[in-house]
Parts: sequence; structure tokens; C-alpha cells
Amino acid sequence: MSEMVPADDTRRIALVDLLDRVLGGGVVITGEITLSLADVDMVRISLRTLIASVSALVPDPAEQDSADG
Amino acid sequence: MTADDGVWLYSITTDSIGDAQLAGVTGVAGEPVRAVTSSGLVAVVGTVSLGEFGQEPLQRKLEDLDWLAATARAHDAVVAAVLRNGPTVPLRLATLYLDDDRVRLLLTERQEEFGATLRRVTGRSEWGVKGYGDAKLLSQDVKEEPSSTGATGKGTAYLLRRRAELSAQQDVERKAAGHAGEIHAALLDQAVDGVRRQVTDPVLTGRRAWMIFNGTYLVDNDRVDGFTALVTALDAERPGITLELTGPWPPYSFAGIDG
Repeated sequence: MSEMVPADDTRRIALVDLLDRVLGGGVVITGEITLSLADVDMVRISLRTLIASVSALVPDPAEQDSADG
Repeated sequence: MTADDGVWLYSITTDSIGDAQLAGVTGVAGEPVRAVTSSGLVAVVGTVSLGEFGQEPLQRKLEDLDWLAATARAHDAVVAAVLRNGPTVPLRLATLYLDDDRVRLLLTERQEEFGATLRRVTGRSEWGVKGYGDAKLLSQDVKEEPSSTGATGKGTAYLLRRRAELSAQQDVERKAAGHAGEIHAALLDQAVDGVRRQVTDPVLTGRRAWMIFNGTYLVDNDRVDGFTALVTALDAERPGITLELTGPWPPYSFAGIDG
């Protein structure tokens, strides 16, 4: 994760939109070896953690000023 | 296919789509996708290694944002490719079957449901509308300076001002909620269906902006121009609100069949 290159805002928004749809939308079929992400909430929580850690690696310029100063 | 292979499902569509339309389309493992046909329906699938995409490795990999992002984009790219050829019911990410026969069985068993959902989304697409609020602009609208007419003394004026400050935030939030409700109602009017989703955590969007509205709509393709014009108009007539339109999306939010 430490090498993760920050996406710009637009791309990140698009990714969040996309993940929201493919993880929270679509037809859910259970059974077989389908993972089907019945535990979507859990996945979202880890997503939040992941993306939050990405954000932490890429401090907002305005915030950085106050943190440094 | 070997015993170590599984079948990843991307979407379900009508049998007017076959391997010819899917030529050159690759899936989450870079594999070519293909059509599995039964009962007048087609499941668009790809053969993937269970060593990589089986339940356990999947659970682990879902924690890797880079991997998840790439997989989500690949999954969506296949769904979008299918959508260009006809109505599409997208499957939720990571739906896997053991072999094609079982996929055919699924199509047969769910023929009616899938058929109904396909008819519902035919000629329609999903659009996302997000609204961001500008607290300053919204509060300018709200804040009516108490007029200095009348016989209020200094202390009363102070108390009034203090109370106004305290309620300003609530006013702005109430105002934003009002806008959100009106925007949703107006958009629903131009759409077949629509749902309001939770506003996204700013941590996730990486934006400082204050999201006050997050809706998604199923729109007739021949009314898309009207819908986008409406979004532009709503955006223009509400100075404190910025609307952002995304789409067309495959009908992820309107294909819900559970179980």
C-alpha cells in the first residue's frame, strides 16, 4: 500500500462510485461457491480503512500547512 | 476447464448476444469472456482460476485496494461491453459458479425473474446525481439579519445575535435537506425509478466538499437529454448547491434480485 499512487479527486470519486455499485448493487445470487459479498458491510468497512489510509498518505496541502506549522 | 477452474459471472442478457459480440472482451483475470446460453437467456462468464479467485483468496484480496479497484474496473468493463449490445442485468462482484452446467441451471430456474428484470431495464440506463453544498452560500440565503427597528435594547440584541449564530448551522442543514428533497423529487419526475443513497464519507471521496445529496436514477434512454438538462437547470437555479452527474451506468442499482 505504501507505493500507492494517489488518484486525483475525479478518479477517486469514480472509483468510489464504481465500488459502491459493484459491491452494493447488481444481482445477488447465493449458493455455489459464490462469494456474492453477503458481508458487504464488512467489505465496506475495510474499504473505508484502506481508502482512509490512502488519504493519510496524501495529505491535503491546506492541512499540511497547519500540521507543519 | 479443469477442476481448479471456476466460472465468474458478469451479467445476464438476452440470447441475441453471443460469442461474436463478446469477441475481444476480457475479464477480471484477463480471460476471454463467453456466452453460456439456456432458456432464451445468456450468462456472460469467464473461466478463472479458483486458486486466485476462489472464496479464500478472494476474501483476502478484497482487502487490497489496488486489486479490488482493478477487479471492479475489469468486471464493470465486461458489463459495459454487454450493455452496448443489449439489455443487461449486472451480477454483483465476485459471483462464481463451479461450471457452465450449473450456470445453465441458474438461467433455467430464474428464467422468469431475469426476463422480467431485463424487460425493466431495456432501453434505460442508470445515472448518478450527487449534490455538494456550499455552507457559506446556503447560510447567506438563510440568515436574515434581525432588523434594528424596534425598541430592542443592547442586551436583547446580543442575545438575539447569539441565538441566531447557534441556530445558523441547523438552518443551513435544514435548508440543505430541503434542497436535497426537492432535487430528488424533480429528478424522479424525469426518471422511471430512483433511489437516494447514503452520502459518501468525505474520506472516501477525498474531497473537502460537503455532500448533501446522493441519488441514482433509472432513465429512459430517449429521455436522457431531458434528464441531463434538468440536472443542469437544478444546478444553476440553486447557487448554494453544485450537482454532479455520472453515467450512463449499467443498471447496478435497479437489477436487484436477491436470494
